[in-house]
Amino acid sequence: MISVRNVAKTFTLHNQGGAVIPVMAGADLEVAPGECVALTGSSGAGKSTLMRMIYGNYLAASGSIIVGDVDVATAEPREILKLRRETLGYVSQFLRVVPRVATLNVVAEPMLAVGMERVAAEARARELLNRLRIPETLWELSPTTFSGGEQQRVNIARGFAHVFPAMLLDEPTASLDAANRATVLDLIHEAKARGAAIIGIFHDEEARARVADREIDVSRFTPRAA
Amino acid sequence: MSTPATPLLQVRDIRKTYGARIGCTDVNFDLYPGEVIGIVGESGSGKSTLLNCLAGHLAPDAGEILFNTRADGLKDTLKMSEPERRMLGRTDWAFVHQNARDGLRMGVSAGGNVGERLMAVGARHYGNIREQAIDWLDRVEIAEDRVDDRPGAFSGGMQQRLQIARNLVTGPRLVFMDEPTGGLDVSVQARLLDLLRGLVREMGLSAIIVTHDLAVVRLLADRLMVMKSGHVVEAGLTDQVLDDPQHGYTQLLVSSVLQV
Repeated sequence: MISVRNVAKTFTLHNQGGAVIPVMAGADLEVAPGECVALTGSSGAGKSTLMRMIYGNYLAASGSIIVGDVDVATAEPREILKLRRETLGYVSQFLRVVPRVATLNVVAEPMLAVGMERVAAEARARELLNRLRIPETLWELSPTTFSGGEQQRVNIARGFAHVFPAMLLDEPTASLDAANRATVLDLIHEAKARGAAIIGIFHDEEARARVADREIDVSRFTPRAA
Repeated sequence: MSTPATPLLQVRDIRKTYGARIGCTDVNFDLYPGEVIGIVGESGSGKSTLLNCLAGHLAPDAGEILFNTRADGLKDTLKMSEPERRMLGRTDWAFVHQNARDGLRMGVSAGGNVGERLMAVGARHYGNIREQAIDWLDRVEIAEDRVDDRPGAFSGGMQQRLQIARNLVTGPRLVFMDEPTGGLDVSVQARLLDLLRGLVREMGLSAIIVTHDLAVVRLLADRLMVMKSGHVVEAGLTDQVLDDPQHGYTQLLVSSVLQV
């Protein structure tokens, strides 16, 4: 479902003397449907960079990143937008939404974007918010005013709202209490059971052990100084 | 949602010069139905010149602007007759000015401002026009009891929302916006952004938004073009251009944003 082949990444800092910083080379990774692969490596090793390249948020310098039938490394913006709408979900560490939009709508939005009826989308949004223990009194409020943990849970509800065949999870259990952490792990297990291919970053080792089928240490993709 | 195969707008090699100075040059892009494209750049980078060329307010020196018309398919709007282009401006196109006063008739009531667009496309039944005007004022969160007030009695944010209602009442397919949230209070900006996002999705609108506010484009635009000295120096997915900018100018622009 997700196939990363020989991917390299460099950052060129035009305003700092044109410094070229190679951060990744020869990255290879395959994730099958129903499989969860954890990216590991010390801070700065390139876990988030690799994940962002798969999402099309960072441009790959070379190589191919196939998700479904799209090569994210060379696709047109609108092909990537379609991929993100229908196929590839991403739960980032931060919730980025238009201020003032009610939580229920924030969670329902990914489903409305793929054409689900509003009634059905809101029903599913309620179910997820309930499971993630967001009190009903908050549903009509904008999540921009919520606590960090609440925002993270709204972000997760939004990320799992549409049944994506492929998902990227960046620290989905960070800043969560034990009960909510268990719920998130259940959501990941359910997604795997229905065949989603998942790539995750989990600093929480116990969580990683419970959901990940394999681990890939991204520091082996760190370019060596010649 | 299916992805339509035909672009709504195809822009080819647009160039506009002011004497020896370049307004904008070598601009090429396609815009698909339902897509929002943002144009950012510093003052004087040519973004407003480009927008005005695209919307038919300025005549470019060279290039083609192909619009997928309802009746005849792709047509070069630069080769259209003046009445034909004006008709487009009243029906399928809309232009939201930075300064709401440029897009409103200040001597006419709020309801009249909205109703006028409807009359321009042939609506004649007063009751229906008023009903639709009130419906649109409601959609942009202007209370019904203000329908007979003139825009001069409105705050800046309300004027901007009224301008949007006036523009969208005829169900355009393409909206040009020049700094639509410029000069507005941030809380009003957020309401406006929410409103615009909802309208884009519900009506399947395509939009071209010129702004210098990177936070606005991140939330509204699917794609981004970065302009400098009349040239498009970088284009791509909005979040990719903002998070992994490739051009030196974009890097400077992104790193210059003040954090709150």
